[in-house]
Amino acid sequence: MSLVQDIDYLAVAPPLVVALVAVAVLVVDVLLPAARRAWTGWLALGGLVVAGALLVPLTGERRETFCVGGGGLVLPSCSYVVEDLTLVFQALVVAGAVVVVLLSLDTVRDDRLPSGEYFFLLLASVSGALTLAAARDLLTLVVALEVVSLPAFALVALRRDDPRAGEAALKLFLVSVVSTAVMLFGLSLVYGVTGQVHLDRIATALDVPGDRAAVLVLGVTLALAGFGFKVAAVPFHFWAPDVYQGSAVPVAAFLSVVSKAAGFVGLAVLLTEGFAPYADVWGPTIAVVAALTMTVGNLAALRQRHAVRLLAWSSVAQSGYMLVPLGAATVGEVDAVLPATVAYVLAYGVMNLGAFSIVTLVGRHRPANTLEDYRGLARTEPLSAFALAFSLACLAGLPPGLLGLFAKVVVFRAPVDSGAGWLALVMAVNVVVGLVYYLAWAALLYTRPAGDTAQRPPSYRISWSDGVAIGMTLGAAVLLSVLPDTILRFG
Amino acid sequence: MTDLLLPLLLALPAAGALGLLVAPPRRAERVAVRAGLAVTTATFLVAVWAVAADAATDVEWVPTLGLRFHLGVDGVSSPLLLMTCGLTALCMAYLLRVRPEAGRLRALVGLLLLLEVGMVGTFVALDLLLFFVFFEVVLVPMWFVIAQWGDDSVPGGRRRAANVFILYTLLGSVVMLVGILLVGLHAGTFDLVELADRQGADMSRGIQVLAFLALGLGFAVKTPMWPLHTWLPDAHTAAPTVGSVLLAGVLLKMGTYGFVRVALPIVPEGAEAVAPYLGALAVVGIVYGSLACLAQTDLKRLIAFSSVSHMGFVLLGISTLTPVGVNGALYANIAHGLITGLLFFLVGAIKDRHHTASIEILGGGLYERMPRLGGLLAFAAVASLGLPGLAGFWGEMLVLLGAFDPASGLNRPYYLVLMVLAGTGVVLTTTYFASVLRRVAQGTSFQAWRDAVLMRDASRFELLVWAPIVALVVVLGLWPGWLLDASDPVVQALLSAQRVIVN
Repeated sequence: MSLVQDIDYLAVAPPLVVALVAVAVLVVDVLLPAARRAWTGWLALGGLVVAGALLVPLTGERRETFCVGGGGLVLPSCSYVVEDLTLVFQALVVAGAVVVVLLSLDTVRDDRLPSGEYFFLLLASVSGALTLAAARDLLTLVVALEVVSLPAFALVALRRDDPRAGEAALKLFLVSVVSTAVMLFGLSLVYGVTGQVHLDRIATALDVPGDRAAVLVLGVTLALAGFGFKVAAVPFHFWAPDVYQGSAVPVAAFLSVVSKAAGFVGLAVLLTEGFAPYADVWGPTIAVVAALTMTVGNLAALRQRHAVRLLAWSSVAQSGYMLVPLGAATVGEVDAVLPATVAYVLAYGVMNLGAFSIVTLVGRHRPANTLEDYRGLARTEPLSAFALAFSLACLAGLPPGLLGLFAKVVVFRAPVDSGAGWLALVMAVNVVVGLVYYLAWAALLYTRPAGDTAQRPPSYRISWSDGVAIGMTLGAAVLLSVLPDTILRFG
Repeated sequence: MTDLLLPLLLALPAAGALGLLVAPPRRAERVAVRAGLAVTTATFLVAVWAVAADAATDVEWVPTLGLRFHLGVDGVSSPLLLMTCGLTALCMAYLLRVRPEAGRLRALVGLLLLLEVGMVGTFVALDLLLFFVFFEVVLVPMWFVIAQWGDDSVPGGRRRAANVFILYTLLGSVVMLVGILLVGLHAGTFDLVELADRQGADMSRGIQVLAFLALGLGFAVKTPMWPLHTWLPDAHTAAPTVGSVLLAGVLLKMGTYGFVRVALPIVPEGAEAVAPYLGALAVVGIVYGSLACLAQTDLKRLIAFSSVSHMGFVLLGISTLTPVGVNGALYANIAHGLITGLLFFLVGAIKDRHHTASIEILGGGLYERMPRLGGLLAFAAVASLGLPGLAGFWGEMLVLLGAFDPASGLNRPYYLVLMVLAGTGVVLTTTYFASVLRRVAQGTSFQAWRDAVLMRDASRFELLVWAPIVALVVVLGLWPGWLLDASDPVVQALLSAQRVIVN
């Protein structure tokens, strides 16, 4: 056995390419004259497209790398695994990042953000998210999670002329540090008892009948905290509205979709692969967290008048829905709930990016970005208004937003199957509460502006990068509404 | 060919709505109603063809969920289907001449077409999840119709009414989804034909009761059943005429149709356990609705409450679990759709002319001022109270007959009490309609209405739009067998499970 491991470079290529391009962006930014700085955005976009293309040859077989042990009848344990679940999330992360970069091109220019740093940080975070989807040991999970988070603080703080940005970044940092510390404590307890870091070995070590060490129960529960922060679940949710509002809108889109999807894949992998034998411990915990998260998110969203804040609370509520299948998991039936969470996260990514791309667009023309700024949008921007209305219908889960409807059906099925009827009922009430604010917003788009109706407000000039981003998300939402099986069959 | 008919039935209005959405706005605004009329007429003709050809379609749509695009028509669904397509086309025709004050015809017509997609889809879906999807399709269009074209004499009133409508209905249907998933989990299929064949064989009694309650809540809100009816009066009062017509004529029927198509056949034991409670609530609805009618001061609100009472009869018929009662319920469904549709057209016409529907402000003298409108109102009122020889009679009579001799597993004396109480509802209905005619139609007009120059009787055009409904009310009143022959074999098949349990 050689001391140097063989590395399957094709398997690790997507995050590697993104990380290398991130460094390249930083270097190129220094070399370029100030007038040409915008090129860094295109470089970032190119890097993401290449990373996306590199996902294609990985489909089909399962690939593993960074393995240890094994020999004879014992299978090796691997830290980095590329399987369907990994690829689906990596595809979502790459596609989401492409939309965010497209939306950022104009934002970076208009807000005079330092483009090199901006795209470097964005890509760094993306590379962490890509790694997280493939991580199968505790250390890789934690490191990848931190690689997603750390650039995000700086990304939020980049809007230096806005005092809210600094406050938002600080808040994000503090909540992150606390939750990570709690998670590390929990994971160290698990490691201390089992002596293992690889998820499959932890699962084997935990799968002993009889008495359970209280310390393990504690460890498993505390380990949820770090991911709870990442997905903005109660009680680690309160950073979301301030941070989303304080950062540039594309950054908020990134946090709410790409970074959250990464958190969910990490959580799902940790729970279903590592802690599967303890499903009776974390299942009910997650169920309670899911119920609280959706309720708090929806009730708070009802009172919002600011578009980004509303989306922030709505995405808290949506996190609650995504947690429902995991909350319905029972010992021995853990794998059955995974597809539902995966399907909902994918659907959520598409519809939430759709909403954010229009909010970004409106924010360029109406910096206050209150809901009132959307009144009568359908008159001047029928297509954009339709795109937003469709995304909101999807988020609400009502036709014509069939994508959201089918995603909700999948999520509902999990608690019904496992007998957690109360969770299904809590979710039912929440879906109704959610409709109130989604519908009110969508209706505003089609309401005539008050006052002088004679004067039409000027229609927006939509740059082509914004246009492509809107077209991508709307196209995906419509297509997946007709052919939902494309995403529902994953996981 | 016939397997394309039903998808075409859904595609036509959907394409019409999409066409209006993408067409240049000014141009579309001008041709919207004519285009809508053309589309809905074509849809109606396709519906007739589909019913005649006994069309069916079955293709896979979302295999992961077990959702199939399974559509079909039979004796239970085809009358509702034809009535839906017919009423929608009549609404479009009505819009040709009677324009809503809020304008924006392109949007209104587009929404009505979307509404038609949902209504038609609900009645032809033979897959439980597909049924649910179509059940939900109607919500958003109807919300917009009420919230944007509604009566805004009370500031914010239409918005509130629309919100209450959609939130109430959505809460019911989300719980219904839980019931659907429960059924799917235990039976392993969502196909309504297969589920009806199995007659709940895969489900224990407890599960069946639970599933019936969850499904029933969704249907009961839509129907609406007392005490879940509170959304209805506000929605009707606020809705524009075409909205009211479709709401009362079709949307309410989706609830009762759901009971007959879904809840009774697939969870028969659950139905048997819950039926007595359903019957009791139905009778409370009948009596409560008619008492509430006596106290109303607004014509639209009064008709809304009369719907609560009439739908109570439908629910009572369903709760008897007998072919007689269920056939009666389906008959009353159609009769109520036609008669109440007509009533809302008439009251809408009165309201457009007087800008109020308040009985007090309208005063008497409708016969004197507008003999045609007054005469039609009297016709619709006596049809609604169940005068023999008109459509309203047979359904309610069959329902009472069903309650006289309920399914053998049910407590007969109990149902006899229900029957007697429902009978008092008939008397109360007669009382309030007589009182309405006395206060609005008879007597002499206020001077203010006499002086109004533009106060015109029903135009020839309006009469033309209403004539098909009037004719059908008479035809169904004279030849009930026409409809019962179609529905009876299907009802017998759907209820076969009940008899197995009972014996």
